[in-house]
Formats: sequence, C-alpha cells, structure tokens
Amino acid sequence: MFRAEHEIHRRRFGRNLGLGLVLAAFVVLVFALTVVKVTRGDPMQAFDHAMRPELAPATGAAP
Amino acid sequence: MTDIRSFDDSNEARFGDYVQLLKPRVMSLVVFTALVGLMVAPVHLHPVEAFSAILFIALGGGASGALNMWWDADIDAIMRRTKGRPIPAGRVQPGEALAIGLALSGISVVMLALATNVLAGALLAFTIFFYAVVYSMWLKRATPQNIVIGGAAGAFPPMIGWVAATGSISVEACLMFMLIFMWTPPHFWALALFMKSDYGDAKVPMLTETHGRKITRAHVWWYTVALVPFALAAGFTSIGGPVYLAASVLLNAEFLRGAWRIWRRDETAAEADGYKVEKAVFRFSLIYLFLHFVAFLVEAVLRASGMGGW
Repeated sequence: MFRAEHEIHRRRFGRNLGLGLVLAAFVVLVFALTVVKVTRGDPMQAFDHAMRPELAPATGAAP
Repeated sequence: MTDIRSFDDSNEARFGDYVQLLKPRVMSLVVFTALVGLMVAPVHLHPVEAFSAILFIALGGGASGALNMWWDADIDAIMRRTKGRPIPAGRVQPGEALAIGLALSGISVVMLALATNVLAGALLAFTIFFYAVVYSMWLKRATPQNIVIGGAAGAFPPMIGWVAATGSISVEACLMFMLIFMWTPPHFWALALFMKSDYGDAKVPMLTETHGRKITRAHVWWYTVALVPFALAAGFTSIGGPVYLAASVLLNAEFLRGAWRIWRRDETAAEADGYKVEKAVFRFSLIYLFLHFVAFLVEAVLRASGMGGW
C-alpha cells in the first residue's frame, strides 16, 4: 500500500529538523557577520593580478 | 519478506546522540573560559563577531570531542562512566563520528579565522590537533603523564578567546592558559583516586595504576603547589586586581589545604570514609577554577566602570 508519509520520515523527523535548524542558523550567522564586516569598512579588495595602488600601505614619504 | 514497520529503531541515532558526540559538558567549560578570555581583553569585538568567536571555539572543542570518541570507542565500551556514549552503545557508527569530527574541525577553524583573525584560527586548529592526535592517539594509552600534557588542550580556549579579540598572545593569555594547565592534573588525579577500578580495566595508564596511590597523592599535592604561583601572578597583570587577588588567595589556600589532606592520609583512612576528602577536593577543584574566571570577569566589569585593576 502506498503511504504518502513513510514511517522512516516520521522516525527521523527529529534529526532532520535539528539539522535543518542548524543549517538555517549558520546561514543567518554568516549573513550577520558579512553585514558587520562590510558596514564597518574592512578591506574589501585584495591582490587580483592587477595593479591596485589603493591597496598599498600609506607611507607618506614615498617620492 | 522485509517489513519496514518491524524494523527495530530503538538503537537508531537521534539528533541528541550527535550532540552527545561533541561532549556538551566539556563544551560548556570551553565556552565559559573562552568567553572570559575574550571579555577581559583590552580590545572589544562587535557582538556578532564575539558571538561567532565563542561559537566556533566551542564547535572546535566539540569536533575534537567527536574525534576523541571515534578513537577511544574501544576503551569507552569498557569504562562504566563512558559505556553509554553513542558509539559504544551502538547508536552512532565510528565512521560517522570521524566524519563529523573532521568536518566540524574544518568549519570551526576556517570560520573562526574569517570572523576574527588567522592567529586565533591557527591556535584552534592546533588545539584540535593536540587533543585528538597528541593526547588521544599518542599519550593517553602510553604514559601516566597523559593528563599533564593533555591538559594543555583544555587550557587553550581562554587564550584563543583573548587572541580572537586582540590578534596577539600576551602574558595575560599565557597565565590564563597556565591556570587551567596546572589545575588539570590535581583535578583529575583526585578523581582517579576514587574512580579507581575504571581506568585500570580499560588499561589506560593512570598514575594510580602505574606508580601507586601513594605517589598519586604526593603528585596531587606538588602539582597544586606548582599551580599557586600562576594563579596568584595573574592577579598582578592587567586582567587582575584586588578583587581577583583576594579571591585567588582564599581559593588557593583552600585547594592547598585539601591537597595536603589528600597527601597526608593513607588508603586505609580513605577507604574507611569512602574517599570523602578526595571527593570533596575534586568538587572544590571545579569551584576553584570557575571562581577564578568569575573573578577575572568581575575585574573586567569593575575596570569598565573605572574601579577595577591596580
């Protein structure tokens, strides 16, 4: 007989729900970290095989 | 014919069994000491970064717990205290524990490095390596000094918390490390004195089995003596102050008194009163460590309001 909800789904509901919540929380945390770092203005550029004068440390005494 | 409805699910892993793999009780100590290390640091992180730092330090500690349970499943099955753990009880397969341990190690180290700084991530990676490989695989079954050297793994969290905030290692971070590192041997040997049959049955070379109980009692005393200077010295650094120092003097005096009583009594006296002193010292050792870190926090709060420190 075909059953829409298989017994194994009910049995493992706790595990699946737990894992789902953990993954959702992880996504929220990464998003929050990104917002914090971006809004604070942490360096958002890095070396990319091209000259980026703005990434060079400011020396003030350069000729 | 197979009928899925007759499948015995009583031994199937539930979500809680995977949480058990991460040793939540050890994690609570890791969270607390790492939080103190982070909060007493002179640099303050954004709350989201601070939360992430503590979470991933705890997750790293949990990952090393899962790796330890994978490696030690054979001896966990013998010891009374550990035979109900998910792997010896048959609810989680050893391979699952290994996979979870490795995956969480990677996630926690990378995320801590991204959320705070690379040094903190590297220290967490070293801590996991130290606990899972140096302690569990190399030392635990090889030498009665396993507890002494293995204690380093539990001593790293406040240092990682400090490094997550400041980006560098300092004398304060080292003293918080030394406080836990030197505290671990007398704490565990007091436990081993009244949990005597277990470690012997599992063939783990605890000091009580290899060198005898009299030597173990002496070790509890001398390691407690060696712990005191580190605990007191922290009081004279930037994270200490009069409140910490007063608390530390009292706590160390009581710990020394207990260790002295353990050293001076013999096995007959201990058996006669059911290891009363050893159990009391073990319980007190937990309070000792907890209150030292509470005192660090109190000093930090006082400093923030312009009253703490020297």
